[in-house]
Amino acid sequence: MAERLLEVKDLKTYFYTAEGVVPAVDGVTYHVDKGETLGIVGESGCGKSVTSLSVMRLIPNPPGRIVGGQILFEGESVLDKSEADMRKIRGNHMSMIFQEPMTSLNPVYTIGDQISEAIRLHQGLNRQDAMAKAVDMLRLVGIPLPERRVNEYPHQLSGGMRQRGMIAMALSCNPKLLIADEPTTALDVTIQAQVLELMKRLKQEMGMAIMLITHDLGVIAEMAQRVVVMYAGKIVEEGDVVSIFENPLHPYTDGLLKSIPQLDTGKGKLHVINGIVPNPLHMPKGCRFNPRCPQATDLCKEKEPVFTQVAPTRYVACWLRAQEGLTKEVAS
Amino acid sequence: MSVGALKTPDPRAVTRAGAGAATAGATTVTAAGENLVDVQNLVKYFPITGGVLSRVVGYVKAVDGVSFFIRKGETFGLVGESGCGKTTMGRTILQLEEPTSGKVYFEGRDVGALSKEEMRRLRREMQVIFQDPYASLNPRMTVGDIVGEPLEIHGVATGKKKEERVRDLLDVVGLASYHINRYPHEFSGGQRQRIGIARALALHPKLIVCDEPVSALDVSIQSQILNLLEELQEDFNLTYLFVAHNLSVVKHISDRIGVMYLGKIVEMTSEEELFKNARHPYTEALLSAVPVAKPTLVRQRIVLEGDVPSPVKPPSGCRFHTRCWLAQDVCKTKEPEWRECAPDHWVACHLR
Ligand SMILES: Nc1ncnc2c1ncn2[C@@H]1O[C@H](COP(=O)(O)OP(=O)(O)OP(=O)(O)O)[C@@H](O)[C@H]1O
Ligand SMILES: Nc1ncnc2c1ncn2[C@@H]1O[C@H](COP(=O)(O)OP(=O)(O)OP(=O)(O)O)[C@@H](O)[C@H]1O
Ligand code: SF4
Ligand code: SF4
Ligand SMILES: [Mg+2]
Ligand SMILES: [Mg+2]
Repeated sequence: MAERLLEVKDLKTYFYTAEGVVPAVDGVTYHVDKGETLGIVGESGCGKSVTSLSVMRLIPNPPGRIVGGQILFEGESVLDKSEADMRKIRGNHMSMIFQEPMTSLNPVYTIGDQISEAIRLHQGLNRQDAMAKAVDMLRLVGIPLPERRVNEYPHQLSGGMRQRGMIAMALSCNPKLLIADEPTTALDVTIQAQVLELMKRLKQEMGMAIMLITHDLGVIAEMAQRVVVMYAGKIVEEGDVVSIFENPLHPYTDGLLKSIPQLDTGKGKLHVINGIVPNPLHMPKGCRFNPRCPQATDLCKEKEPVFTQVAPTRYVACWLRAQEGLTKEVAS
Repeated sequence: MSVGALKTPDPRAVTRAGAGAATAGATTVTAAGENLVDVQNLVKYFPITGGVLSRVVGYVKAVDGVSFFIRKGETFGLVGESGCGKTTMGRTILQLEEPTSGKVYFEGRDVGALSKEEMRRLRREMQVIFQDPYASLNPRMTVGDIVGEPLEIHGVATGKKKEERVRDLLDVVGLASYHINRYPHEFSGGQRQRIGIARALALHPKLIVCDEPVSALDVSIQSQILNLLEELQEDFNLTYLFVAHNLSVVKHISDRIGVMYLGKIVEMTSEEELFKNARHPYTEALLSAVPVAKPTLVRQRIVLEGDVPSPVKPPSGCRFHTRCWLAQDVCKTKEPEWRECAPDHWVACHLR
């Protein structure tokens, strides 16, 4: 039985804006086991980043606030920790790679200063030892000539190197959980390949768990063991990676998978999910996907579907599929 | 030899025939009439200035001797790592950048030799769609103004007629005519990209350079825009130069594909051939790096070591030799020749 590292239960994070309340994350439940990679996918604005920032307790308040739910990290409630405790946890036990490395690296400090600072803060090493460890980390993430690069400023590094520098910083304290929010979206394919291989290797060598957020389903297929699909602030489907890709249950997941061109898709029209993501200020009644769902029924417009287990490793929030899935399960 | 010269009683027919001949010599044997665009030895350097006197201390060799062609009505995909010169190539073809040397022929005419007036007319036939639908639209202009502006600039339509045409264009790209008085910020990313497409279509262009038109968009919106571009191509007989780094997207939409590395095209062939019989090691690495949405697929991935070298001082010989796992001594000293290794399949590599 896998050991739970992170448990998120019915998490609600809202933003209180001038236009109204944005239920960015609206009752989300999932977990990450020790040493596994959980992929989180979904369209832009569905709440992927807000979910992970909530786990790190980095939601800007105001306008944001965690208004409900529980977050347990190694069994302890993150929401009940003091800010001082959180600072010890962040960067030490769980750390995060942000999408845009340029905005999260400080331009006036060298990359070595920034990594060694984190190491000194969390591991109590002296300046010299911390710098040596920083060089080691840069070498580990595959930056050539780390002894020299360690003294360079972020703008002197290429996009790929900055991203690897960020990873080096995030990993410098051997975190148990690495949250990677679109870690390769800003990179081109060959550098992306380097970064993904690196994350796989480090996961194996250090035994850490990864929460990988991206809307690139190809990246998820290569990296994740389990997948959570989000839509409009909710989790609509969860399952092991193979079942999700081979037998998606939720109509949104299905549409998403069909609409990506694959290397073997061939010519002709691509599948399209009609309509657009709902305005978070005016979420549709019932199932939030119902205005775009080809299979919506009257029930879907009235009542919100319940997140239901339909197989040992599979959960879905859809009126239709929950019933189908249950019948299939019973039949087999 | 030029069919164009016989059919067209156009004074430029002479230049056209001339260009056709030059083309046949340098790139491939096609009559000028078949190719919409012919690019020969195109070079674009950006000067780097330094010191108190702002003297030129070097050059960014963004495009460094590229020859290829785009057939009428086809989609030519251009792929390659960030910074390899894709955008610069597109901009130089459109004459938004002046080439350092080399020639661009549009329908057989040497674009660099055109008069101001001819150039102005040619601009109508070549349009561009940008990557970032947020940055490329003027936030203070309404959709109607944005889409109608080219009509006005080129004196094609004004007033009521312009508005009619704008409404037609919005309809063509799947926007509603009531959108005409709205501002860009009131639209989603996909809708904004549609506005950019409507604007590009306004003057009935023959060529549209699509520079990463879907890279900033979500998967589900991406497929809508790709479908739209394909429909428009059929309806208006458009030719696309489609720049992107997502190979699955490029494969889906392209007829032929060129692979760029550090200012050079290193391989060029049909979409099918490229994915079946890639010859250049860089192409192989690129193809193997594409993440595939199939969790059960086990692939041997070629992970390239290191970063792209600087286009200011590209490596000697074959520019890929610093990262190529097949590199031999000859690769370090001698630049591989650009040759047709199989019918319609071009490559620049000593070994393949
Ligand atoms: N500081 C904020 N103030 C107001 N609303 C916010 C704020 N941050 C996020 N939101 C809203 O919360 C919702 C979820 O945003 P989030 O950043 O989590 O999306 P995402 O799934 O990460 O999208 P993307 O793929 O574009 O990164 C969005 O509707 C967003 O507008
Ligand atoms: N106006 C300019 N002045 C100086 N250098 C430039 C200019 N425009 C581009 N470059 C340089 O030329 C090279 C090629 O850039 P280009 O934008 O064409 O690449 P690209 O292939 O489009 O990259 P990306 O995939 O990141 O868009 C880069 O090194 C870039 O920094
Ligand atoms: S609950 Fe209804 S509307 Fe929602 S996804 Fe299922 S079938 Fe579609
Ligand atoms: S010419 Fe040599 S270095 Fe260049 S791609 Fe071919 S084998 Fe590699
Ligand atoms: Mg995000
Ligand atoms: Mg570009």
